[in-house]
Amino acid sequence: MSGPLVLGIETSCDETGIGIVRGRTLLSNTIASSMDEHARYGGVVPEVAARAHLEALQPAIDAALAEAGVGLHELDAVAVTSGPGLAGALMVGVGAAKGLAVSLDKPLYAVNHLVGHIAADILTADSAPLEYPTIALLVSGGHTSLLHVRDLTTDVELLGETMDDAAGEAFDKVARLLSLPYPGGPEIDRAAVDGDPDAIRFPRGLSRASDLAAHRYDFSFSGLKTAVARWVERCEADGVEVPLADVAASFREAVVDVLVTKALAACADLGVPRLLLGGGVIANRRLREVALSRAEAAGVTVRIPPLSLCTDNGAMIAALAAELISSGRHPSTLAFGADSTLPVTEIQIAEAVPA
Amino acid sequence: MILAVDTSLGTAVALADADGARRAEAAAADPLGHAEVIGDLLVEALREAGDGEITHVVAGMGPGPFTGLRIGIAAARAFALGRGIPVIPVPSHLAAALTALQTETQPFAIVTDARRREVAITVFDGVDEDGIPQIVADTVLVKAADADAHLDGIHRVDVAALSALDLARVGARALAAGRTLAGEEPLYMRHPDVTLPGAPKKVGT
Ligand SMILES: [Zn+2]
Repeated sequence: MSGPLVLGIETSCDETGIGIVRGRTLLSNTIASSMDEHARYGGVVPEVAARAHLEALQPAIDAALAEAGVGLHELDAVAVTSGPGLAGALMVGVGAAKGLAVSLDKPLYAVNHLVGHIAADILTADSAPLEYPTIALLVSGGHTSLLHVRDLTTDVELLGETMDDAAGEAFDKVARLLSLPYPGGPEIDRAAVDGDPDAIRFPRGLSRASDLAAHRYDFSFSGLKTAVARWVERCEADGVEVPLADVAASFREAVVDVLVTKALAACADLGVPRLLLGGGVIANRRLREVALSRAEAAGVTVRIPPLSLCTDNGAMIAALAAELISSGRHPSTLAFGADSTLPVTEIQIAEAVPA
Repeated sequence: MILAVDTSLGTAVALADADGARRAEAAAADPLGHAEVIGDLLVEALREAGDGEITHVVAGMGPGPFTGLRIGIAAARAFALGRGIPVIPVPSHLAAALTALQTETQPFAIVTDARRREVAITVFDGVDEDGIPQIVADTVLVKAADADAHLDGIHRVDVAALSALDLARVGARALAAGRTLAGEEPLYMRHPDVTLPGAPKKVGT
């Protein structure tokens, strides 16, 4: 094992993630989730998430160190997510990371959460190294982004993103329409088991020729959500039972179709035969199936990190920082904050300019 | 030495000896931007304090606007974790009261902004036998416009900047007396702003 020993702190949404890596080797991926606390609200409540981060941080750091079998004094650096994400939640991690780095007198690297999702892939020891360039599709409850990655540490471009709801959010909202609990993804999956994905032709957002000119790689799920709501209301008005399995399967198919179609369009347009999937919604088996089969037909290789590294986690943040260190980047200054809308082009935030 | 950190109002960091003697202070008055300044203020204070082992970290537990308040607590806890030393949680108004006691001789009220046109009020009278400001009425949130009526003549001390040095001193006195002044939970004073979801809204056809 070689490479810098880095502890990463991730608090951009509802997972308190502490990861420890040595270079590209994963030593701990410890996650405390406040998901259960959000269940009764039907979605992530920012203040509830931020309060939970403050409670979870210290136990999570202790657990990660114990699992990795390292002490804080052995660390080469501390890393933290600066954005994008929920501002109040991010700030808890930033405060903790600064306190820890100053206490230990170690360098601190502030990094981009979305680029972290890509970095998760380099922690998969038994697969061949990530090849560049690659298209990356990152789908979660907080983001839906299509990226062109030419180099993990220096060159990531945003091709498109959601104009309204994130895909995971769409699953949660439609689950509520169908009286299914939170989180919606697994519930819709369960409901869709015996459903016909072609039963109802729900709209594919931003997929008409007129939309494609300006939004070729952008996503929109609010129209889809409204279409499902209308469908359910019409059933109720007509006094017929909502065909839950068909609605769930058809809704999911619409989301999956638009995600995969746009990702593969980017691969084709840019001549990049590689697609990396990341984010918590990758846990959706139908999305993985459709992506794999259609990518194969298109001659595109798909990489999917293990699910535990696809959901938000601190290991990916530590991994990205370890790559930055290995490529000779300077630590961040201590003068950065949380940036809820941090653009993906800012891979590292506030890199110090050496005197 | 004792390190004290508070972000209930602006951002304040200080170091004091166990007897309360000042070693260093660093602060930013901005009631926002705690996350941006906390690291540099810690470095600045540590540098000014010079040599000496830090044995405890005092965390100001509020009341204060949630988002900012948590940053100081998170930094204080992580700093303590890094050094393997304990955290002493102290209500921030106790520090403000210790500062006010340099001039106040009668019962007085510490009043701080709680946002949303409300203020947080704690009423004090002198210090107790351990030298810790004595609370005679627990912290409450009151509409800013109703504060004077609520206080009914008690002298009002409006505080916009907290002394982390006095926070360290209160923490040192609590430590010496073996007392615990606050729990693990920040003094949020409000529930998270959430309403339970009702039935989905009709979208019509
Ligand atoms: Zn994410």
